[in-house]
Amino acid sequence: MKWLLVLPLLIPLAAAAVSLLAWRWPHWQQRLSSVGAVAMLATGIALLENVRRGGIQAVQIGDWPAPFGITLVADLFSAIMVVIAGLVGTAVTFYSHASVDWRRQSFGYYPLLQILLMGVCGAFLTGDVFNLYVWFEVMLIASFVLMALGGERAQMEGAMKYVTLNLVSSAFFLAAVGILYGVVGTLNMADLAQKVPHIRPQVLVTAVAMLFLVAFGIKAAAFPLFFWLPASYHTPPVAVSAIFAGLLTKVGVYALIRVFTLIFVTDTGYTHTWILVLSGLTMVTGVLGAVAQNEFRRILSFHIISQIGYMIMGLGLYTPLALAASVFYIVHHIIVKTNLFLVSGIANSLRGTYQLKQLGGLYRDHPGLAFLFLVPAFSLAGVPPLSGFFAKLALIQAGLEVGQYFIVATALGVSLLTLFSMIKIWTEAFWKPEPATEKVLLADEPETARQTRPPALTLWVPVVVLAALTVILGLAAEPFLSLALQASQQLMNPAGYIEAVLGSQP
Amino acid sequence: MNLVLALVVGSLFAGGLYMLLRRSIVKLIIGLALLSHAGNLLIFTAAGVTRGRPPLIAEGATVPAPPFADPLPQALILTAIVISFGVLAFALVLVHRTHQSVGSDDLDDMKATDT
Repeated sequence: MKWLLVLPLLIPLAAAAVSLLAWRWPHWQQRLSSVGAVAMLATGIALLENVRRGGIQAVQIGDWPAPFGITLVADLFSAIMVVIAGLVGTAVTFYSHASVDWRRQSFGYYPLLQILLMGVCGAFLTGDVFNLYVWFEVMLIASFVLMALGGERAQMEGAMKYVTLNLVSSAFFLAAVGILYGVVGTLNMADLAQKVPHIRPQVLVTAVAMLFLVAFGIKAAAFPLFFWLPASYHTPPVAVSAIFAGLLTKVGVYALIRVFTLIFVTDTGYTHTWILVLSGLTMVTGVLGAVAQNEFRRILSFHIISQIGYMIMGLGLYTPLALAASVFYIVHHIIVKTNLFLVSGIANSLRGTYQLKQLGGLYRDHPGLAFLFLVPAFSLAGVPPLSGFFAKLALIQAGLEVGQYFIVATALGVSLLTLFSMIKIWTEAFWKPEPATEKVLLADEPETARQTRPPALTLWVPVVVLAALTVILGLAAEPFLSLALQASQQLMNPAGYIEAVLGSQP
Repeated sequence: MNLVLALVVGSLFAGGLYMLLRRSIVKLIIGLALLSHAGNLLIFTAAGVTRGRPPLIAEGATVPAPPFADPLPQALILTAIVISFGVLAFALVLVHRTHQSVGSDDLDDMKATDT
């Protein structure tokens, strides 16, 4: 059973290595990485089932006992995240077959995608802070190359900002790790959780916590550290945008939730209040940025930011229900946001543009696509009975329970604005008649744009499956919410986590 | 010793941030390199500097006699150096390609994707 913890890392690594061996045969790379992604999803589901039945699982790599060796830990939250990473990985891999141009596909696109998935799963499963840094870097270097692969001008400009700000965040992270080691003398998360409460003076720990908040805040694109995201996420091919939008910022959110429920819980009055304030500001600035945009993928990029606010709002409230809502929200958001980007890709392949002014008439010509847009769009805004409604309901209920009325009001207002900008996409891209004006190629549009072609079947299948999942998450929210509640119980009571890693020590 | 190292770390961070804020993309890379050095040196300093006490275990003993130099931060730094080397190599190539496709090394000329 210990194998299950290592497999989500080994499978993408093996798929990437074999794909690299098949460098000259991109068709085989396609097949290999599809098999790899499906296998990862399957092991993720097996892992989740295993954790649900048998409690938190831990494995010591190389059999060095914790806290000396590197530990992999899967609690329910990690296992859920691995499943969802496998799901998005599979959807995007299949979508890439027809949407990523052949030049990129034959230049290492699939191996990079697999390495990216490995980095993401590693970050979800590791039980060591320095190891978390290493997995972040694995994920980042793969994402850097995916962002720049193709070498169009817009991509290069976006990649410069993406790379710089993520490296700054890594420097903060590394500095925080160094100081944390200097203060506590260990980097194993479970060991840290035991030792941090005994550190005197506690203000040192709080200072390190704030450094972690900045480092992960940049990765998660929280206010005021989000500027790299809308400047870069709309530049690469849409499949890459979709997997970045779905997974990468959520790794930052995962890391925030992990360290601020396990390690830095001694001064919640200070740290978690900051997180709550930041979450409110993130929601508002993200959605206001989205309202001002006129490009399909840029609107969606700004919405990532505003949704990140909801996720860390649950962390800021820091009650079992709030954390459960955060977990549910992350799952819902990853599915919905990936799906919206994939839909924008289909619209682009039909019309050859992402500019809302030049789109139009999609509802008349392709009612199926319009429906497939409406499902995730309404879910994002929180319209019942879709998944976003229950995620927001749980968050707002949690906020009301602890009397944080201001943040609840903010969350409600922001979801109205979300609905407004989704309706803006709807009216501009789908409802209004197609504009007959001469189409002008804008400077920041990729050079490959403007080639319209009927979308292949591999574009539709992932979109339909993800939309169906959104509906299922909404219609049958009860089992998923209770799973999220179990996950948040584990997060709120770190004793189980510590025992799984360090054994039953006093 | 600690004071000197702390000052060095501080000036590396300050220098790195200053270089990041310049408009030239080459200086940006220098800034990133300085930041990663600052991080590495910070780990080294924060973990405590011990002079002349290698962590060697005497014959017959099972643990080295304290105080000894902690080997773990050095292992961490080694890993971090390797990572930052790879990342910076990529960043250099990226800067080169960006310069080719934009035709300028001024960050102010790269605003097309901004909002």
